[in-house]
Amino acid sequence: MAEKNVVSTGSTGEARPANGFDYAPAPESRSIVDIKASYGLFVNGEFVDGGGKAFKTINPATEEVLAEVAEADAADVDAAVKAARRAYDRVWSKLSGRERAKYLYRIARIIQERSRELAVLESIDNGKPIKESRDVDVPIVAAHFFYYAGWADKLEYSGYGGGNPQPLGVAGQVIPWNFPLLMLAWKIAPALACGNTVVLKPAETTPLTALLFAEICQQADLPAGVVNIITGAGETGRALVSHPDVDKVAFTGSTEVGKAIARAVAGTNKKLTLELGGKAANIVFDDAPIDQAVEGIVDGIFFNQGHVCCAGSRLLVQESIAEELLGRLKRRMSTLRVGDPLDKNTDIGAINSAEQLERIRELSAVGDAEGAERWSPPCELPQHGFWFPPTIFTGVSQAHRIAREEIFGPVLSVLTFRTPAEAVEKANNTPYGLSAGVWTDKGSRILKIANELRAGVVWANTFNKFDPTSPFGGYKESGHGREGGRHGLEGYLR
Amino acid sequence: MLGLMASSPTTDAPPTGARGQGWDYSDVTRSEATLRRFLHGLPGVDQVGADARAAALGTRSIKTTAKAFAIDLAIRMVDLTTLEGADTAGKVRALASKAMRPDPSDPTCPATAAVCVYPDMVATARRTLGTSGVHVAAVATAFPSGRAALDIKLADTRDAVEAGADEIDMVIDRGAFLSGRYLQVFEEIVAVREACARPNGPSAHLKVIFETGELQTYDNVRRASWLAMMAGGHFIKTSTGKVQPAATLPVTMIMLEAVRDFREATGQMVGVKPAGGIRTSKDAIKYLVIVNEVAGTDWLDPDWFRFGASTLLNDLLMQRTKMRTGRYSGPDYFTLD
Amino acid sequence: MTRIDVRKTYKLYIGGAFPRSESGHSYPVHDSLGAFVANASLASRKDARDAVSAARKAFPGWSGRTAYNRAQILYRVAEVMEDRRPQFLEAVRQFEGLSAARAEKTVDEAIDRLVWYAGWADKITQVVGNANPVAGPFFNLSTPEPTGVVAVLAPQASSLLGLVHVVAPAVVTGNTAVVVSSFERPLPAVTFAEVLATSDVPGGVVNILTGSATTIGPWLASHMDVNGIDLTGVAGDSELATALEVAAADNLKRVRRAPAAEPDWTLDPGTAAMTAFLETKTVWHPIGV
Repeated sequence: MAEKNVVSTGSTGEARPANGFDYAPAPESRSIVDIKASYGLFVNGEFVDGGGKAFKTINPATEEVLAEVAEADAADVDAAVKAARRAYDRVWSKLSGRERAKYLYRIARIIQERSRELAVLESIDNGKPIKESRDVDVPIVAAHFFYYAGWADKLEYSGYGGGNPQPLGVAGQVIPWNFPLLMLAWKIAPALACGNTVVLKPAETTPLTALLFAEICQQADLPAGVVNIITGAGETGRALVSHPDVDKVAFTGSTEVGKAIARAVAGTNKKLTLELGGKAANIVFDDAPIDQAVEGIVDGIFFNQGHVCCAGSRLLVQESIAEELLGRLKRRMSTLRVGDPLDKNTDIGAINSAEQLERIRELSAVGDAEGAERWSPPCELPQHGFWFPPTIFTGVSQAHRIAREEIFGPVLSVLTFRTPAEAVEKANNTPYGLSAGVWTDKGSRILKIANELRAGVVWANTFNKFDPTSPFGGYKESGHGREGGRHGLEGYLR
Repeated sequence: MLGLMASSPTTDAPPTGARGQGWDYSDVTRSEATLRRFLHGLPGVDQVGADARAAALGTRSIKTTAKAFAIDLAIRMVDLTTLEGADTAGKVRALASKAMRPDPSDPTCPATAAVCVYPDMVATARRTLGTSGVHVAAVATAFPSGRAALDIKLADTRDAVEAGADEIDMVIDRGAFLSGRYLQVFEEIVAVREACARPNGPSAHLKVIFETGELQTYDNVRRASWLAMMAGGHFIKTSTGKVQPAATLPVTMIMLEAVRDFREATGQMVGVKPAGGIRTSKDAIKYLVIVNEVAGTDWLDPDWFRFGASTLLNDLLMQRTKMRTGRYSGPDYFTLD
Repeated sequence: MTRIDVRKTYKLYIGGAFPRSESGHSYPVHDSLGAFVANASLASRKDARDAVSAARKAFPGWSGRTAYNRAQILYRVAEVMEDRRPQFLEAVRQFEGLSAARAEKTVDEAIDRLVWYAGWADKITQVVGNANPVAGPFFNLSTPEPTGVVAVLAPQASSLLGLVHVVAPAVVTGNTAVVVSSFERPLPAVTFAEVLATSDVPGGVVNILTGSATTIGPWLASHMDVNGIDLTGVAGDSELATALEVAAADNLKRVRRAPAAEPDWTLDPGTAAMTAFLETKTVWHPIGV
């Protein structure tokens, strides 16, 4: 084999462009969405003015103001809860499960019918790539309504409520900005299926798809007051969860706010579910399917700009393959396309808000200051809007703040380990316990590690997979209760 | 970075940090045992993850200038193929003419990379193609099953080379591979490569066909890729086109990972050829996206990536015309060969 | 001449040992008619802290045992209780003021309930776990796992049966427990601890503190290494219950809220006492070749 395979077959003389295969812009059309200049609150089946000071929601990719949105004050919250109570007493609790199911199926269908519109609107308001809103968020939203629709008339088989489960009443639900519509579905679908009515507050930076969902409720002829959407910030949320006529509080968001809510509902009969922060370990053993592990790491931390509570933000890699794995990871990161969320080829979109961008910058600066080594692939960030490049920190130890605190951005901390026991110990060495990943081709090791990880979701040889049938939720300070699957019913039944 | 995990149970893995260095793998291939240890020490491929990655790359949206670039590149990468029992000299001449001038109405349309025929048709193809630059590729070694004695396979190869083949597409002995006789497969590839030598001219280039539809697992595809690369294949090729499934996106992706990693380890570049089942421009573009993002731009060249196809070419031409004229074209406007 | 009996010193049960309170404090315990019976150790916050350490240390081993093994150990506890039946009968008569017949019923119920819970060890996973049919090539399984260290404020009135009703469900699933006994009726809990100590229950799995839920409860509720808290023992004291629930939010403990009044312990408790301190872990794995 003296001859090296470097001889050109010389089939053509044409030169390749110096920059190779440049993908031309492939923007998804914005014309499908109709954003109004201002939005009211959706209470008792109608859009009404809010008593608070209206606020603006912006496109984080451009900083363009999209709309003005009403802020619900305490009186508005009260009106919404009253509407929900009335709908519960007069209509929804009297409806058979079979009839409730049909409303939920209708909603699922309308979501499918208007899926592209929802996806585009989600990307505009949130900054996430259209690829994700189109292929992940919105399809799972529809699936979630489909799944729970089917439960509505089968609750006596759920195992909850001693064979005769009953709804709780009015659910007050507060959701975050990272998956605005998906979190809405996770909250509303099981609540309605179980016979509750809801008052839901979307995050102040991403209210638009929830307000479009309100229109979908109208199209579905959902009885007035069964779903109420109130917009606002922390104060509105506080008023909702502490409202005395709310029977159930469901919250997804930061651990700090989750604790405040847990204190607020203490001593009441309110049932509480909390989906909070995380600092998930993604453990890669030396016998991992390496190329898929690299994909899993990338999905784990760069999916949705890292604005994911279950993000695999701590890579724990076996020391013997650390160098090779990092080389592959960096090469892969160099192919990530950061930019216009509406471009169909964008992998990483905009950071959701100036505030979040500031936090990511701040914690990254702490990483630098603590002596970790920062690396990002060369990438041009747009002039306007909020952007942060995909970033990894190597040389991180458990003592670093970037290994302990949730950054909630596209920033990965890389740590190494030597033995399975050390990997588990480091993985569990956190107050959080939402998710974890483990990569190895050895089956018995997967089962052992999965057993030992103190986390509510363990992805083995995969990461960041979601499904309506699969319960999701954390151990320890990552929250209480589960959403999704049969388990997701428990929080809405007595 | 290296193509091998440091945890590989063999000590034959290339040393860490040997990026682009000429890694001497003769120790690996010196015995059945060492070769097996090496191949089985390659990192596993998780099928679901690999499928998902290939599918995700398939959702890239290639428009306007990028699409025009991709279509012309794809045409230049086609090994225009006829491998039928009913092949005649007339059929092969027509095919060769089309390979040189795929769109007679448009002189800017590039030629294909090669025509691919059975060995007995090589001379005919060679005469028609002349000095056009379009290569003649011949399937040899008892294609497609490979079920013949080694000397017959070698004679088949030499015949094709003598008749003027620039490229030989051989099939591996899948039976030997699946029963774990890796060294036999290796030695056969080495022997065929030697048979590609031309006494008074450049050797024919060797493409090694795995028939991935028969190997079934991606682990096998990865092992076959390394085995063929170490044996000196210039190209690794998915399929004969006679077995379903033929080329698929994930299988091609696994092979592109292998050539990428092999170059990292040895400095040697090997080409990849998916063959069979690629019929539309849309499919071809998905393959090019995978080449671009998995192996890198160096492979975006007919020297390093080919499509084994027949009907694909007309679809590429129709799309090309659509790009040029702005209206959809129809099959009546392209030659059927 | 009547023999002078040898009286027992009632101590705490921490990490499998029977220490006195580190504070050196004790308090007098009276029977239902108000007559002095004995001095019980008055557990301090430091005893609570030590008990949490012992429970944490015992957690990996206990939760790592097979469910079958935990079932056998809890069944063994019932066996040894049965052996000591006369002693428990006397204790509940003495402290709860029960008639002989009611005392028998209570002790029988306590032993039988323990047997019932023992049997749950290897069934709860099957009843509350799930195989989830996700829309993709993935194996997906949800299984219950113990929360960790659970603080248990045991009922004040029902000093034995109520105690079994809160301790057994917490530990049968693999949690370890720090139990604060009934304040006024602590001695059956100490006898129960002696049963545990002779029933193959590993040290630290159940730790029993005699003393006041009002003083120790807040330390356990705010302890950052406690994962869950059962407030049954403060039933009726909504102010204290609320304060404890607020403190529990510091590390988001799983809280089993206090009922308005102590329930009828002879009723079927269902699975709620177990599921209150179970986590659901969902494991995904691709299905491929």
